[in-house]
Amino acid sequence: MGQTLYQKIYQSHVVGALNGSTDLLFVDRHLIHEVTSPQAFAGLRQAGRQVRRPDLTFATMDHNTSTQVRSYDAAGETSRKQLEALAANCAESGIELLDLYHPDQGIVHVIGPELGLTQPGMIIVCGDSHTSTHGAFGAIAFGIGTSEVEHVLATQTLPQQVAKTLKVEVTGTLSPFVTPKDVILAVIGALGTAGGNGYVAEFCGDAIKGMTMEGRMTLCNMSIEMGAKAGLIAPDATTFAYLQGRRFAPKAEHWDAAVSYWQSLYSDADAQFDKVVSIDGNQIKPQVTWGTNPEQVIAIDQPVPSPESFTDLIKADAARRALTYMGLEAGQKLTDVSVDVVFIGSCTNSRIEDLRAAAAVVAGKTVAAGVRALVVPGSGQVKRQAEAEGLADTFKAAGFEWREPGCSMCLGMNDDRVDAGQRCASTSNRNFEGRQGRGSRTHLVSPAMAAAAAIHGKFVDVATLTGASA
Amino acid sequence: MSEIFAKGLVCPLDKNNVDTDQIIPKQFLTSVSRDGFAEALFFDWRYLADGSANPEFVLNEPQYQGASVLLTRANFGCGSSREHAPWAIQQYGFNVIIAESFADIFFNNSINNGMLLISLSAANIDFLFNRCKQGPQQWQIDLANQEILLGNNAAIGFSIDADIKQRLLSGLDFIGASETFSPQIDQYEARRRAAQPWLG
Repeated sequence: MGQTLYQKIYQSHVVGALNGSTDLLFVDRHLIHEVTSPQAFAGLRQAGRQVRRPDLTFATMDHNTSTQVRSYDAAGETSRKQLEALAANCAESGIELLDLYHPDQGIVHVIGPELGLTQPGMIIVCGDSHTSTHGAFGAIAFGIGTSEVEHVLATQTLPQQVAKTLKVEVTGTLSPFVTPKDVILAVIGALGTAGGNGYVAEFCGDAIKGMTMEGRMTLCNMSIEMGAKAGLIAPDATTFAYLQGRRFAPKAEHWDAAVSYWQSLYSDADAQFDKVVSIDGNQIKPQVTWGTNPEQVIAIDQPVPSPESFTDLIKADAARRALTYMGLEAGQKLTDVSVDVVFIGSCTNSRIEDLRAAAAVVAGKTVAAGVRALVVPGSGQVKRQAEAEGLADTFKAAGFEWREPGCSMCLGMNDDRVDAGQRCASTSNRNFEGRQGRGSRTHLVSPAMAAAAAIHGKFVDVATLTGASA
Repeated sequence: MSEIFAKGLVCPLDKNNVDTDQIIPKQFLTSVSRDGFAEALFFDWRYLADGSANPEFVLNEPQYQGASVLLTRANFGCGSSREHAPWAIQQYGFNVIIAESFADIFFNNSINNGMLLISLSAANIDFLFNRCKQGPQQWQIDLANQEILLGNNAAIGFSIDADIKQRLLSGLDFIGASETFSPQIDQYEARRRAAQPWLG
């Protein structure tokens, strides 16, 4: 019987069998950031351990940094201490750090691929749940906790058990205004926030093959939002073309050998998945979440559902609570709902293509009165490119704030927060209660949908905008 | 052999999909310490905007003070990988969580802190919530025999991964256990360097 892509990569990383069903797997890349690593370094010191492979460990500052001022102390005293701790830990252990002043600093899941650190066939871990992003390259990539960060620092390995496999096939061709963000929101809506628990999801099908690397990253990024341990896509010519020439990509003398290995990374035709889901990409419309978890999502032309429409009593109760928290009523159209804040950014949607899509909607228009709108590029590279292409000017002319790279308002660890009761159209990944600030009301959308909401002051269907271009 | 892993008062948190942003919000994540998170647990639910205790939140009800077993529903701990979530739960006083299911990263993080997480069927979870409605519950968890002892000879069995059970019972240092594989790690690195030199 054939193997799935996940099984192939897993097996090639087994260092040894720890016991019954647990293997010790080798980790190819360990990405760290300021929030989930200080306790791990403290643990190492306490136990007298060293970082085994500083050369396979890379650090950046992204979660609690100011996006207005490039300074350690711009986001408060405790944040400053955390940033200084990361700098000191990296210096002591010989780990390369892209700190706040480095031109390529940015969100860890944006810069990893940009630098070519992320490659097919790897196992990549990071103390952040959206590590699933890197699966877009055909790597097993997943988020870990701080105890596991300490384990990887000490041993460059991690104990793992084989996960179940889930195949998510997206067939057909996406409409021009439907983006990978809409696809993953539709998938989460169909499977539920726990639909992927215990599984590694492989995305395939014509709609996926046609996606750029940026789009695939958006898709895999949110596979954690359906509970999947990881999401991955078999590498292909699009993947190889993206990687070639990047700083940490295989150099010329190894390139052909690397590509030849990468070409062996796919699920065999007779591989058995534990679960298979097929979704018709032709039918997907622009999506907006209405509730307080990502499965509470509808197409922009659908009414907000009534709690009674859920046969599951617990889901019905969750819907009731979500509507109260969100200040919405069953049957309401989201195109009648106004927004206070628009956030374009996060590891889900802050790459150059995302900013191009948003800028295309914004060009020549003005942010609606009373709406606060900000664009936070995912990295220094994205920022420079957007400025070179004139996108930054487009945003600024329309009334958007143009910021420095970081996680920003996705989780509001810095001072980029949504106030209680305010409604935010956000290109981020979580609409949890209080995620963007206590009492904040988050609606997850694509960059084009967020941009349109900023211009119109309420949600609009981008497909209906005159003169809109994909 | 009977071995009581934990015993104590049960607090019922009747929600699905409790995410780690709810368990501990962002403003507490700037710490560089592993300690001091008990007060932050369920912060936005536990305290009103003026900082006073929310009397309607279950953790604040007088009959649940001192609880050490948390009963909840499906997909507990979803979302962010922050280990601050199990730290806060443990530092508050819970060492056992019983739920229909857990998010994967939260589950691993909790086990790595020596906490016991028990998954039960939806029907059994309903049964336990109903029991809590009859009055405060004191349960014992027999990990060796994989049973929740409900009192008056009533018990519910649970399944648990054998490796995890062994770790919890022996209290093994998981980094130390992996370090015994150092020779194999050396060999793996050598093979990797020869076959795929571009990986570093």
